Amino acid sequence: MHCLWCDTAIIPQINWHNVLLDKRQLLCTECAQRLEMLGGRRCRKCSRTSEKDVCSDCRAWNAYYDADDVLTFNYSIYTYNAFMQAILSRWKYRGDYCLGNMFAECFRQHFNHVFSFLPRDALIVPIPLSHKRLQERKFNQALMLARFLPGRKMHALTRIHGEKQSKKTRKERLLSTNPFQLQQAVHKPVVLVDDIYTTGTTVRHAAQLLRASGSPDVYAYTLIRG
Amino acid sequence: MGEHLNLHKSMDTMVRRFSGKLLLRQEIPLDDNHFKWLLASSYFTPVPAIQRKLFFYQCRRCGNAKRSLIGMMPCAVCHKTHPYCRKCIEMGRVTTCEPLYQWTGPDASWPAYDDALTWHGELTDAQKKAAERVVKAIESTERKLLIWAVCGAGKTEMLFPGIHQAIRTKKRVCIATPRADVVRELLPRLQEAFSTVPIEALYGGSKDKEATAQIILSTTHQLLRFQDAFDVLIIDEIDAFPYHADPSLPYAANRARKPSGTIVYLTATPRKRQRLLIALNLLPHMFVPIRFHGHPLPVPRLQMCFALQKGELPQAFLTWCKTRKNPQRQLLIFVPTVELAECLAKKLALFFKQENIIDDRADLQSVHASDHAREEKVHRFRRKEIFILLTTTILERGVTFPSVDVAVLDAGHDVFDEAALVQIAGRAGRSPDDPDGEVVFFHDGKTESIVDAVRSIKTMNKRAGFSSL
Repeated sequence: MHCLWCDTAIIPQINWHNVLLDKRQLLCTECAQRLEMLGGRRCRKCSRTSEKDVCSDCRAWNAYYDADDVLTFNYSIYTYNAFMQAILSRWKYRGDYCLGNMFAECFRQHFNHVFSFLPRDALIVPIPLSHKRLQERKFNQALMLARFLPGRKMHALTRIHGEKQSKKTRKERLLSTNPFQLQQAVHKPVVLVDDIYTTGTTVRHAAQLLRASGSPDVYAYTLIRG
Repeated sequence: MGEHLNLHKSMDTMVRRFSGKLLLRQEIPLDDNHFKWLLASSYFTPVPAIQRKLFFYQCRRCGNAKRSLIGMMPCAVCHKTHPYCRKCIEMGRVTTCEPLYQWTGPDASWPAYDDALTWHGELTDAQKKAAERVVKAIESTERKLLIWAVCGAGKTEMLFPGIHQAIRTKKRVCIATPRADVVRELLPRLQEAFSTVPIEALYGGSKDKEATAQIILSTTHQLLRFQDAFDVLIIDEIDAFPYHADPSLPYAANRARKPSGTIVYLTATPRKRQRLLIALNLLPHMFVPIRFHGHPLPVPRLQMCFALQKGELPQAFLTWCKTRKNPQRQLLIFVPTVELAECLAKKLALFFKQENIIDDRADLQSVHASDHAREEKVHRFRRKEIFILLTTTILERGVTFPSVDVAVLDAGHDVFDEAALVQIAGRAGRSPDDPDGEVVFFHDGKTESIVDAVRSIKTMNKRAGFSSL
C-alpha cells in the first residue's frame, strides 16, 4: 500500500481486525495526522467551532428566512486547514479522483452516527455540477462523497453554469441568484451532500427548492467546514 | 490559456509555438473550430495519453507506470472507467479519453546567428579543452556527452562556444536544470552572453510559458511538455535532486531531444551509475579537474563533536568559530533539517553577538526551501549585508559566494550524501582573490558518505596535478 497523498509505502500492522475486516490504511500516519477534525464546542446549526449555541451567521440566516431557515442543520467533519486546502485543490480542481477515497470510511461512519434519527425513506441528494463544469472535471466530487453513504440517492437538482463559488467574495455569494433547478418534486426528508460548507449559500439555495417542492426537512452533510 | 490566438496569425507563429511539444487540449489556446481544422488537416496528431502495456498502464507524458500512481476514475462524460496519471497531475490531468497532441505540421526553422556571442571573457586552458569537446560533440551530432567538472570550474562559460556553434548552424538549444533557483540565476548570465538571441526561461510560475525562443532555459520538469524539440539539450547538475531520484525526468529529457540531437550532461559529482557507465566506456566523457582560478578544492576537515541533534551548540563548533584563520570571511553553515536551522538560529545569533563577531542579530539569518524571503536573503548574503547564513541543503549547489568559510553541522545525517557534501565543500574558495576557504564537517561519527566525499575531493585534486594535499 502507498499513501494516497505522499505515495510513501505504508507497512500495515497485521492483526485479526484488519485481516478479517479488510480495513486498509489509505494515508500514512504523518499525512493522517495533518487532517484536522472539527472539535470542541460547535454551532448546532452549521458545525463551525463557536462558543455560542447558534453562531451569529446562522441567526442571520434564520432572520433572512423569517425564522424558518430552509436548512435544518449542517454537519461537517474536517476543518479547512492548509493541508485540506491542498488536498481539495488536487482532488477537485486538478482532478485526482482517487484522493477522495481517503474520506470514505470516515464519511460513512459520521453519517451513521449523526443521521441515525432519519426515517429509512430519507433521500441523499448530492449537490450537482453544471453540465459544462462536469465536462471539464469529468467527475462530481459531491456525488463521489454521496456514493460512500448508505441509503437512496436521487439526482433531484440540476445546476445552471456560472462562476465558481470559490472565485466569488462572500458578499457576491450571498447576493447570487439561485443556480439550481428542480428536476422532480421530493416529499421526503433530504440530506444534501457537498464537499465544503463555506457561507452556506449553496446548500440553502438547494434546500429552498426542495422545501418548496414538499420536503419536510432538509439537512446538509459536508466534509469540510470552511 | 486565456488569450486565443486568432485564425489569421501566421502559420509561422503556430509552428514555433507548438512544434516539438506534447500538449493537452487545454494547453493549446486555440478555439474549437480552428483546432478542429488543424486536426483534420493533420497539423496536430493525437497520441494516446495512457498506453496499455501487458500488465500495466503507462503515462505517455511522464513515463510513470507505478501502480499506486495510476488512478482509476469513472468518467462522467463517457461513462467508462479510465486510468489516469496521478504523478504529473499538477500539469493537468492525463486520462485515456483525452489524447495528447503532437504537432505534425511543418518543422520550425530557426535563424542562424553568425556573431551572437557577446561574451568576451577568457577561458582557461582546461575550460577551453572541455568547450572544444562540446563543440565537437554538437558538430558531429554525438548522442551523449558527460562533462565532469569540479565545483567552481566555470561550467556555464564552458558551454558558451558550444551554444554559439549550435545557433550558428540553425539549431535549437535547451539548457535544463533540476532547480528553478538555478534557472533564475542562469538567465541573466545567458542573456548577457547572447544579447541578440531571444532566450526564454521556463519554470513553475515563470512569466514565459509559450516556449517559442531558440534558446530555452528550463527546469527538467518543464521538459515533460516537449517531444523531439531540441537539437542540443544540455542538462546541468544531473546528480541533483529531483533529477536523479525521479525516473520521469530522464524519460522526459530523452524524449525532448530530437532523434538526431545531442545531450550534454554536466555534473561535478557523478553518481555511481554514471561512474559505472564511464568506467565501462559506454558514456563519452570529459573530466575538468581544475577550478577556473587554478587552485585546488578545499579539503574538508573532520571534527568530532556531540550534542548535534539536540539543538545545543557544540563546543568544538564554537571554538572553531572563534579561531577561524580569516575572520573576515562570511560564514555559511549547513544543517540537515529546517527545525534545527530555526532552533539554532537564535542561539547562534546570541553567541556571535557576545563574541563580537557580528554587531547585530540581523546579521545572522536562516533559510530553507519554503522560506518566502529565501531569494532575498541569498541576495543579501551575496552583497555581504548578512554575515552568517544558516541553511538547509537548498544552497548546496548552483550558488556562488566569493569568500566564505563553510561548516556542516551533523554531517553524518542522511540528507548529506556524498554528492551533497562534495558540493557543499565546493562552496568555499570560489573567488580568485580568496581561493581557499575553510570547510569543516562536524559529525558524531564518520559515515561512509563523509569518508567518500573527502576521498573523492582528494582524488580530484590529485587528478588536477596537486600532489598529496
